Amino acid sequence: MATREVISSGNELSALAARDAGCKFFGGYPITPSSEIMHEMSDLMPEVGGACIQMEDEIAGVAAAIGAGMSGVRTMTATSGPGISLKAENLGLAQMTEVPLVVVNVMRGGPSTGLPTRVSQGDVAQAKNPSHGDYKSITVCAGSLAECYTETVRAFNLADRFMQPVFVLLDETLGHMHGKAVLPTEEEVAAGIVPRKVFEGPAEEYFPYQCEHDQPAVLNPMFKGYRYHFTGLHHDRRGFPTEEIETCRKLIQRLEDKVELHKDEIESNEEFFLDDAEIMIVAYGSVSLAAKEAIRHLRADGIKAGLFRPITLWPSPQDRMRELAARIPKVLCVELNIGQYRDEVQRATGRLDINGLFKVNGRPISPYEIVNKVKEL
Amino acid sequence: MAFNYENYLRLEKMPTLWCWGCGDGVILKAFVRAIDSLGINKDDVCVVSGIGCSGRFSSYVDFNTVHTTHGRTIAFATGIKLANPTKHVICVAGDGDALAIGGNHTIHGCRRNIDITFIIINNFIYGLTNSQTSPTTPQGMWTVSQQAGNIDPTFNVANLAIAAGASFVARETVNDPKKLEKTMVKALEHKGFALLEVLSNCHINLGRKNKMNSAVENLSWIDSITVSKKKYDTLAPEEQLNLLPTGILKQDTEAAEYCDMYAEVVKVHQGKRKTITQDDFKKKI
Repeated sequence: MATREVISSGNELSALAARDAGCKFFGGYPITPSSEIMHEMSDLMPEVGGACIQMEDEIAGVAAAIGAGMSGVRTMTATSGPGISLKAENLGLAQMTEVPLVVVNVMRGGPSTGLPTRVSQGDVAQAKNPSHGDYKSITVCAGSLAECYTETVRAFNLADRFMQPVFVLLDETLGHMHGKAVLPTEEEVAAGIVPRKVFEGPAEEYFPYQCEHDQPAVLNPMFKGYRYHFTGLHHDRRGFPTEEIETCRKLIQRLEDKVELHKDEIESNEEFFLDDAEIMIVAYGSVSLAAKEAIRHLRADGIKAGLFRPITLWPSPQDRMRELAARIPKVLCVELNIGQYRDEVQRATGRLDINGLFKVNGRPISPYEIVNKVKEL
Repeated sequence: MAFNYENYLRLEKMPTLWCWGCGDGVILKAFVRAIDSLGINKDDVCVVSGIGCSGRFSSYVDFNTVHTTHGRTIAFATGIKLANPTKHVICVAGDGDALAIGGNHTIHGCRRNIDITFIIINNFIYGLTNSQTSPTTPQGMWTVSQQAGNIDPTFNVANLAIAAGASFVARETVNDPKKLEKTMVKALEHKGFALLEVLSNCHINLGRKNKMNSAVENLSWIDSITVSKKKYDTLAPEEQLNLLPTGILKQDTEAAEYCDMYAEVVKVHQGKRKTITQDDFKKKI
């Protein structure tokens, strides 16, 4: 892989990734700690002939981004937890109409206004079901500066493959962390772009929502002679409202199955010193950096600890977690929330003896806190 | 030659969801006739609607159509327009959609002066959900959510739009379909944010308990509260009270349009011009 080295921050790298992945539109609203993404996009989008607009509120920010996505361009919004709460309804519309969109959430302390300038991982559960109704979230979580870039690129390709919003979770620590990142070259990223499918036959034979039971809609760009309809209502194969029983059932089941039956194309995780591990730490995002440091110290002290880092939080890498938990005696979830992902680890592994080290005061978890916790177990 | 409605309407979606005698059909007719008279290619048009009776408008017209969430038409349309500045983007919303839940987007659309045509169908009530108070329901009228009589003051839609910076503002009624069509053509032609308020009847959900139990009675009431701008301007202030002027109320062809301005931003970032200054806004770029 051809690489390049840059010195940048997590937020800036996420914006750079969007540009390199062919994003042409950004709609947003100022919110700490994600605003730098919009600042960067206001520079990068016009440079490549795209557009970046600061809208009047969070709702309008995502709506403008979805509108651009409906018209056919790669599109993005970025925010933090309170912004996701406001955007939730329109994210549901994007799920229902199957409009691809990348949503970056740089997590800060919550609930409510919470701790705007401090770190948290409190939006992990929210990312699974931000809007009402049934659909399947795709959520990736960057664990390093380089991944702020590579996971954002991947999110664009996943959004176009599955035709739905894809969340990229960063946290305040990663978003504002400055440092060196080794990235794939622009050419390499460009070569890896897989744009959304389009229908090329005659317009009268085009049915955007008529697809296999496990495949996403095929949404042609607007203004190209394929005039169809987007609606948040249950809709038929041409996109028009319907209450026909079988059509309604199939639509919602397909929204589930297009992700559920193709998890292998989405799921990813990192394993660090797990081969001989007697204790498996589960951590993601910036916390995983502290966990890796802790594991080095623990190993030096003769304690066989290792890290399981889910990169795709939703859908979770559940099969791999289950395999590992079947042979590793102790499991410790380390999170900047009160066990939002431990619930998932319990579900995936079928084990209720999952230990937790949780912190919700807006401060990062230090490697020593993890070392001490592991030694207590 | 008879007008070919089939070319613009999705006839397989007829009959519409709208009640007998609803003014929405009059507006639908004026709209497709206006588009036709301008010779705009159907593929170059996007119609965006929100939630409510007016929300179904987009599904009946054979353009690129989007039925969005409640109140957010302008926000979605802004993304569509900015990503496709050469295309025609038209929003259709009701008084509740555009002025209550979507009020923020409406005023900011006006302020940006982005080239979107915004048709607000004002029937003074929430019709689809059965007679709740809207921001334009006259005080003292019965609504299902204020059965003693509405005490909430109302918005004057056109005045709101003018104050917020829309460069074209007009008001018409469904009582005069020809005039409506003519003004709609002007609104569609205008480069900039064009807001057209169309006063319409809802004899079913506004009229039923407000002594306007038929379309004719409801339309007569609309007639009684409206007067042409030309005549309105000759009236004394006390005579203007409780009257709404119709016609084109504001048209500023000099105001900088948002997509045009954004094209200048692109030039700055591509090194083709230095920067944008306050002076650029004294004239159209």
